[in-house]
Amino acid sequence: MKSPPFDYCKPAALGEVFALLGELGDDARILAGGQTLMATLNMRLSEPSILIDITGLSELRGIRVQGDRLYIGALATHTDIEQSPLVAQHAPLLAQAAPHIAHRAIRNAGTWGGSIAYGDPAAEWPCCLSALEGTIHLQGRAGVRRVSATDFFQDLYTTALEPGEIVVGADVPLATAADWAGFDELARRHGDYAVAGLGISARFQGTVAHRVHLSFLGIGPIPLRARRTEALLAGKTLDTASIEIAVASLKSELDPLPDLTHTADTKRHLATVLARRLLQAAHASRAAMPA
Amino acid sequence: MSTIRWNSENETMTPGPAHAGPEVEERPKVDPADQPLHNVTEDPRYIGKSVERPSARKLVQGQGTYIDDIELPRMAHVVFWRSPVAHCRIIGIDAGAARRMPGVILVADGHDLAKVCKPWVAVLGHLAGMKSAPQYPLAVDRACWQGEPVVALVAESREQAEDALQVLQVDIEELEPVVDMETALDSSTPVIHPELGDNLCFTRSLNVGEVDGAFARADAVAETTFEFGRHTGVTLEPRCQIADWNPADEKLTVYHSFQAPHMMQDLYARQFDLPESSIRVICKEVGGSFGIKVHAYPDDFATVALSIICKRPVKFVADRIESFISDIHARHHRVKARIAVSKSGEILAFDMDDLTGIGPYSMFPRTSAIEGNQVVNLVGGPYKHKNYRAHLKVVFQNKTPTCQYRGVGHPIACAVTEGLVDQAARAIGMDPLEIRKKNVIPDDAYPATGASGIKLEVLSHEACLRKIEKMMDYPKLQAEIEALRKQGIYRGIGFATLIELTNPSAAFYGVGGARIASQDGCTIRLDPSGAISVSVSVGEQGQGNDGIYRQIAADAVGVDLEKVRLVLSDTDVTPYGGGTWASRGAGVGGEAVLLAGQALRANILKVAAVILKRDATELTIRRGRVVDAKTLEPALDFAELGRVAYFRSDTLPNDFIPELMVTRHYAQRDFPFIFTNGVQASYVEVDPDTGFVKLLKHWAVEDCGRVINPKLVDEQIRGAIVQGIGGALLEECLYDDRGLMINASMADYLVPMSGEMPDIEVGHVQTPTRSSQLGAKGAGEAGTAGAPAAVMNAINDALSALDAQCWSQPLSPQKILAALGKV
Amino acid sequence: MAPLHTLQVEVNGQDQVLSVQPRQHLVDFLRNELGLKGSHLGCEHGVCGACTVEVDGRIVRGCLTLAIQTQGCKVRTIEGLSNDGDVRDLQESFIRNNALQCGFCTPGMVMAAKELLERKPDATREEVREWMSGNYCRCTGYHAIVDAICETLAERAAKSQKVKA
Repeated sequence: MKSPPFDYCKPAALGEVFALLGELGDDARILAGGQTLMATLNMRLSEPSILIDITGLSELRGIRVQGDRLYIGALATHTDIEQSPLVAQHAPLLAQAAPHIAHRAIRNAGTWGGSIAYGDPAAEWPCCLSALEGTIHLQGRAGVRRVSATDFFQDLYTTALEPGEIVVGADVPLATAADWAGFDELARRHGDYAVAGLGISARFQGTVAHRVHLSFLGIGPIPLRARRTEALLAGKTLDTASIEIAVASLKSELDPLPDLTHTADTKRHLATVLARRLLQAAHASRAAMPA
Repeated sequence: MSTIRWNSENETMTPGPAHAGPEVEERPKVDPADQPLHNVTEDPRYIGKSVERPSARKLVQGQGTYIDDIELPRMAHVVFWRSPVAHCRIIGIDAGAARRMPGVILVADGHDLAKVCKPWVAVLGHLAGMKSAPQYPLAVDRACWQGEPVVALVAESREQAEDALQVLQVDIEELEPVVDMETALDSSTPVIHPELGDNLCFTRSLNVGEVDGAFARADAVAETTFEFGRHTGVTLEPRCQIADWNPADEKLTVYHSFQAPHMMQDLYARQFDLPESSIRVICKEVGGSFGIKVHAYPDDFATVALSIICKRPVKFVADRIESFISDIHARHHRVKARIAVSKSGEILAFDMDDLTGIGPYSMFPRTSAIEGNQVVNLVGGPYKHKNYRAHLKVVFQNKTPTCQYRGVGHPIACAVTEGLVDQAARAIGMDPLEIRKKNVIPDDAYPATGASGIKLEVLSHEACLRKIEKMMDYPKLQAEIEALRKQGIYRGIGFATLIELTNPSAAFYGVGGARIASQDGCTIRLDPSGAISVSVSVGEQGQGNDGIYRQIAADAVGVDLEKVRLVLSDTDVTPYGGGTWASRGAGVGGEAVLLAGQALRANILKVAAVILKRDATELTIRRGRVVDAKTLEPALDFAELGRVAYFRSDTLPNDFIPELMVTRHYAQRDFPFIFTNGVQASYVEVDPDTGFVKLLKHWAVEDCGRVINPKLVDEQIRGAIVQGIGGALLEECLYDDRGLMINASMADYLVPMSGEMPDIEVGHVQTPTRSSQLGAKGAGEAGTAGAPAAVMNAINDALSALDAQCWSQPLSPQKILAALGKV
Repeated sequence: MAPLHTLQVEVNGQDQVLSVQPRQHLVDFLRNELGLKGSHLGCEHGVCGACTVEVDGRIVRGCLTLAIQTQGCKVRTIEGLSNDGDVRDLQESFIRNNALQCGFCTPGMVMAAKELLERKPDATREEVREWMSGNYCRCTGYHAIVDAICETLAERAAKSQKVKA
């Protein structure tokens, strides 16, 4: 379908963006990569009066190490992240997840900030940010504020973004030698929104998992951290026994939403399969390392 | 005499090792199925070769012309307000605000268009008892499916039309929808068309031989309920059309992305009360059709009506969301079936009950009962048994209308048959390939009649089974599966033996009263420069008809390929014919080309004889030249012959007129259909933890008679197989309990993409049909017929090691996990 | 009615200055304003890939890109590519392998494959399948398309070996 009529502007400064948002509120939409927004508009599911193109704001670009964090600007495309040596080195979880995002043409345009702001619980970046306990940087007229991933994703397509604010970037802790990251998802076709997915960030001492973050996508209305199960794994070696305890815990902790073809039971089951496989991989990788 | 040799990979088979078993067959040194075919032309250069298609070069550069590429002066655009619910009364339409929107030309409803276009009823006389209600281009007073067009809005641009559609107000009163085919005939279910009495469109029963006796004496009986999900074609280019009514000369030209332009010419004439000769239908490049574009949609008639009313060209392009609910759907069946087998592996009987749910109207003009009817005709098709019972019910529902889509009933019949055969094999502990070899109608038993009454000219099941066994190295795969099972990896092989109807006679539609041609024609003209122009009544939608017609014409007349120009898909220009359906392009269209080519060749020789003052019998043709028949010495160039014939008639005898443009027609009349046969095999891996299926490889051996272009046929088979895989694993139109389709987008309706598809190896056996000189049978649909069966059987082969089974398509991870007891 | 904006964009090497509606997506702009009909629309929700075009050297979904977003950019379509001969070898391979039937997906396929040839010259067959899984084809079943791309990869690799040697 053809989208409804709207106007368009491309501010040269962040201040202009906030002024426009202040003036127009819900009638305006932020346009970065547009991979979600444009599909929505083409289906006439939304009728904004103006699109505010933020891709002219160079301060929103860039991937860089800042202290003990890796900072990724909102306008970094999925391809930028997929191909970034800094990401490969400092945030391998993101590098593992990137190839699962849709397809190349989408990744060339879609952005880090857009995915975070939209907060789709089946998307890869919200899941990874939850696993890594990243920090989202928001900016509005009042200035910058930082919100943890845990606090940012609140409900289905509902984030901590206040009216008049945009996501300007997000950072994640730099991976250390003690860290292990693993990402996997189950999709019936490569690039589709997954039926279930899991991002794990774990810190080890030898083969003992000092702390484990299990962040699921496609299971709940937001990326889901299985905290009860995480607590059971803390301080344990991820041997078969621990993994089975974790799986049993997940079965009671996870309360998934069904989708068009998969029941809640199936989603729960698939989540546990992913958990088992990734935890086994984590253990194997640590066990193989020289002491 | 030179021979037409096949590609080396398909050359003569070396016999395999004789296997131990109750019967040790004597293997011939050369498989009779691999004997070279006789030539059908002198100096054959192109028939049988994988030469480049004429349209490929322009299409790969984006230089094709599709209907939406065409812009006509003063062309307007139509969008439709479609019913948002499955069943409703139309209380009132308030178009005031819509009419005032910029660019709006006209807003019309069902009553407006009914003044210009007659309603239709889609039944066929030879499907006894079939019934359906009259249908209008736009719904009148009542809409009966989600997506039925109710209001048409015409504007200067597509954007303006859609903008105006947003402010169109339509008041509706929702009515109770019929959404469950299992209960469609219950007395408590509303009757969609009260005047019809019930929701039964068509029913048929068949009882051949002694079915009960066979089941009573069987050593094993397998019984299963098979499910097939409703799905749709998803042509990448959506349906589109430009209707151009010229009020000054009262002529209608319709540009249509379509398979059968003459059929639409006829329908427009009758529905609009126009002389047939005032209607011209032109097809350009068609971006995929697969049967979706061979039916007459209400939208088509509406667009023409609007052009007549507005006195301007009107373009309709279905958008993708619209396509999901307005393109025809197909293949929603629930089949309860069983097979009786002896412990020695003899299939004794098939017994099946097929329920299929269509839309609220049978689709025009080919009807929505054909698919079910074909299931009845085709279950058990490859096999020797004489006992067969079948029962079919085709019921109306308030869902998108259904009709013929690539394969038409074959995918269902084959999956039921082959699924039962596998289960029978398992029940008696016989190898699935072995049971097939034992039960297929032998290659030397033709002509034969199947249990359902189908007439089979000549098939090659045995040869195909031998070929596929070798191609896939069956014993090696079996050993691999066994070894991997010990490691907890579950792979399976599934076979599907299939028959496929092609080259239909008028028994398909004509006898039922439908004005759908089963004959086709070809006109070939020698141009003054020595090239030939070839016009055929079957068009091109990507399968390569243009390629094979060029090859046949070049060989038949005797010119280089580059000297052949094709003219297709214009009812003003081509001979009258049926177009593309039921895999008839090669067998029927191709034969017409051959006959025309032969006739022109003879006429050229007549002209040459006169010019050269020699006997025509002393002359022949080689590569654009008339030559001496014995020495092949060149005697007269076509260009020179053309110059004389066209411009120097003063030099020719008074009583001689060169006839260098000839038309020949062909209809297949030996059999109701010329059946083809084949076998497919699928190799899969099932992940028992996730229920996900990985397609490792797929093989197909196809006997479509003489293959005119091996590459084109192979690619047709591959494409058709992947389309079948879609139905087996991914595709389904999902509904809520109010009859609304809940996955009507490309994101939620899953079609096969390259990442999950296997490599597909294709082999051939060529058993020509004797119903034509060319001997070509159809090939376009066999892939779709057999792939779902092969994949479903492969999955069940893997699942059988885990004591699980699943016979419901699409075989989703959800269903497989449920079968495994994991959820 | 939203105002028109002036768009200055280079398309297939030619500078274009036109007034556009902001809502017009790139493929409609190419097709309707510039008459470049080679880019096709199959879904307009970014899934089928028929609309794939190149903006500043990278493939994008033309249906999810507003024309106005290409201000100051270099856009290339199948027509430009074909004219310049960038992927003649790939296109010949498509023809040889009959990696197209109806041709509707083909421009998008060629655009997507071009980026693979440039960015992943050592792609395996499986990687080719994965890369191309953003482009829907209903006719070919993909096997021939994958063959055509793999053949081109091999040809280019052989050529660059020769050059190195």
